[in-house]
Amino acid sequence: MKDISRRGFMGKAFGAVAGVGAVASLYAMKKSWDPLPSVKAAGFTTLDMSDYKDNELVTEKWRGKPIFVLKQNAEMVETAKKNPKDMERLIKVGESYYMICVGLCTHLGCIPGYNPEEKSFLCACHGGMYDATALVTKAPPPRGLDIPPFKIDGTKMVLGEEGPEYKKMLESGVTLKV
Amino acid sequence: MKELFILVVVAVFTSITYYLVEPFAHSQMHHHIESEGFTYKDLPALTKKGDATRGKDLVMGAGACTGCHSIEVAGMPAPMDAVSASGAYGVNPPDLSNAGSVYDAKFLAALIKNPAHALMVEHKFDPAKGQMHPMAQFYGAGGDLDQEVADMVAYLQSIAPKGEKLTPKMAFETACGRCHAVHYENWTQIGEKPKFKKKQDELAFDTKVLDYQDNLRKYMGTLPPDLSIYIRSRGEHYIKTFMENPQNYLKGTAMPRVGVNAEAAEKVIEYLEDSGDTKRHEREEVGKKVMVYIIIFAIFALLWKKQVWKELH
Amino acid sequence: MAHFTKATSVHDWLNQRLGIDTVRRVMATEYWIPKNINFLWAMGMVLAITFGLLLVSGIFLLMYYQPNVATAFDSVNYTIMREVEFGWLWRHIHGVAASVVFLIIYIHMFTGIYYGSYKKGREMIWISGMLLFVAFSAEAFSGYMLPWGQMSYWAGMVITNLFAGGSLHADGLVEWIRGDYVPAQAFLNRFFMLHVLLIPLAILGLIGLHFGALRIPHVNNQDGEEIDFEAEAAKYKAGDKKGSKVIAFVNDFMSKDMMVVGFYLIFFFYLVFFHYDFAMDPVNFDPANGLKTPAHIYPEWYFLWSYEILRPFSTDIGLIAFAFAQVIFVLLPFLDRSPNTVPASRRGLFKYWFWAMLVDMIVLTAMGKLPPEGIFSTIGLYAALTFIGLWIILPFITKSEKKA
Repeated sequence: MKDISRRGFMGKAFGAVAGVGAVASLYAMKKSWDPLPSVKAAGFTTLDMSDYKDNELVTEKWRGKPIFVLKQNAEMVETAKKNPKDMERLIKVGESYYMICVGLCTHLGCIPGYNPEEKSFLCACHGGMYDATALVTKAPPPRGLDIPPFKIDGTKMVLGEEGPEYKKMLESGVTLKV
Repeated sequence: MKELFILVVVAVFTSITYYLVEPFAHSQMHHHIESEGFTYKDLPALTKKGDATRGKDLVMGAGACTGCHSIEVAGMPAPMDAVSASGAYGVNPPDLSNAGSVYDAKFLAALIKNPAHALMVEHKFDPAKGQMHPMAQFYGAGGDLDQEVADMVAYLQSIAPKGEKLTPKMAFETACGRCHAVHYENWTQIGEKPKFKKKQDELAFDTKVLDYQDNLRKYMGTLPPDLSIYIRSRGEHYIKTFMENPQNYLKGTAMPRVGVNAEAAEKVIEYLEDSGDTKRHEREEVGKKVMVYIIIFAIFALLWKKQVWKELH
Repeated sequence: MAHFTKATSVHDWLNQRLGIDTVRRVMATEYWIPKNINFLWAMGMVLAITFGLLLVSGIFLLMYYQPNVATAFDSVNYTIMREVEFGWLWRHIHGVAASVVFLIIYIHMFTGIYYGSYKKGREMIWISGMLLFVAFSAEAFSGYMLPWGQMSYWAGMVITNLFAGGSLHADGLVEWIRGDYVPAQAFLNRFFMLHVLLIPLAILGLIGLHFGALRIPHVNNQDGEEIDFEAEAAKYKAGDKKGSKVIAFVNDFMSKDMMVVGFYLIFFFYLVFFHYDFAMDPVNFDPANGLKTPAHIYPEWYFLWSYEILRPFSTDIGLIAFAFAQVIFVLLPFLDRSPNTVPASRRGLFKYWFWAMLVDMIVLTAMGKLPPEGIFSTIGLYAALTFIGLWIILPFITKSEKKA
């Protein structure tokens, strides 16, 4: 009768050992799906802010996504100063203020269009709207346009690196991590 | 017992087949050339002790080396850009900053005195037929030629990075990089390809590389191959013995004997392994772990089988 | 509509709908195998595991491989080997498995020949097995094209040239197969399709046929004894496992299978990590160059024997001999005129025929790799003639075989 208690034992033990191998294989398989190093390395873009003009939307590219850069003119800065939620979204580089966001609507990812007269963004897909600092003003987007990680370097900006100003914006919830 | 016998029969036939198809056949297809360990037996030993200070004067002055060669570490820039130099000489004369630790001293001495001979390209550059090697021979600055050459070699050795400071990448670029591209390491004959924001700038660089390669092709007769994966297509032994004397394998080739010393040769191999066999360390690591696991797997399978079959025999 | 009752468990729920208990009995716990077998009987499972390794490693290679003549080579040797995490592992497993699978196929095949497992009712197992050999050969060839190295290109050039049929000059057919005058983009893409979809589907279907063909005649045994499976199964089920001449597939045969697989995988993974040049020939690490044939070109080892049958003769005769070699093994059940299903050791002249054939194929394999010069081509010619001769005499020596 001692056989019966040991009978399934070796089979189960072998099954467990095989299982360990299966799990290790699944780990290797998961790693094979990871984005390649060359993809991750391409994740940095440098913007030269010195040529940008007031109230003229510039679209750059970072990690395959469109990036909006909107230099605020004096009037826009005054309007923004009246609303702390607007002001905390702007980035000061040198003497000027800039709005820098990922140009994808936070609703479902379409690219909103900018109206320089109205100083607002309108997303044609479902009618969402944002103001000149890309704060959301009309549903359905759940929040303002996301701000990419950035680092100020003189009159240049490196997207993809996390500078102190960006870290502060993350902590105070001005933007979610992109 | 019978099963063991069957296993032995299967193993024997498999091993015989393997032996005939692999080691034996390959030995018949490629004759094995022994390495001489980068001793350059055909070149004369250095008889004089070199003085680096005198050597510097010669290199910068009467030797006229800096007329074609840059020496970055001594602040001497290249007289021409790489493409123009390749147009004039066929290939870009190398920067001499690392030459002292990459090349064998005997080789350097012989090279300065008679480049075509040291490089083993006399079949291509025969003075009797008026075919002059692009690098001129140094006949001396009026004193003892051997002493002067020893001094120049001593100077080059004094400015060169030693030991760990000479990285595999530096060794490769110095010894091989002016003729051979390695696109897996982003290396072109005119240097590492930078990242360009504007397409026009990238195309301009690519055009420069192609112009250089055209000049090189004219000079060598064919474009020296990209070495990205050569460590796997040729292997360490072939590459080392090839560097020692290209005529060993490709009779009549225009490729010069490289003249590296043994340490630099090891570094060149390491660079080529980094290019063509990048994950070798991980492969060894993971391999050891997998072997341990699979032996445990087999033991457990054996124990399970024994337990099940106890009832059946 | 069958009668369904309230399920008592998940198992019962599935069993009422899918009959999993019956499936389990028929396919596993009451699938009877003779007990009188040796480890060679596990080669089928070893093949299944190896095929599984090829499938899984192939899936991960497929995620990154690019079937384009400009990028194929680097997609393998740069992206997969350098960039993809564990990419090198999938590539090594795939290359080594593709080579080792043929070693197991040949062992499996010659086991069948030795024990007469192609006779008396088992002809379809043999034929479906030979079709699997052809399918695996096509799969191996199409796969070898994909890295687009020098061997890939020139093997593609030479093998498709075979279809010109020598003096038939069917150049149009060759161009049609390639989709171009030479192996180029069209050729690479269609062989990629064959390798990744069509031939694997055919293999899966043939495996099904191969297993199906086993059910009625049952697996053979070391003595070729005709077993009354019903009677022996009854003994086993009544509790007399030691006395019964049969064992159940699960767990009896499976546990022995797994033990053999375990030892096989030690051998296999050693090759994958530490000794793989035989499976990944250095010449294929030169990118394809249509203007330069390598100094030594040769097929992968498992094709060498039939390559060597082609080589010694003039073009047309060589092609006929080559075609003969591909087809003749299929006809074994019909060329062997003896009714004796016993191991070769007990079959008189057939014993010598078996060992002669095995040795001859090894000689052909070795000569096929060597340069076709001097003594090697002479030996190759005689080995090729021996091969043909052995098949011609087979019906005669087996017809006169005494009843065992």
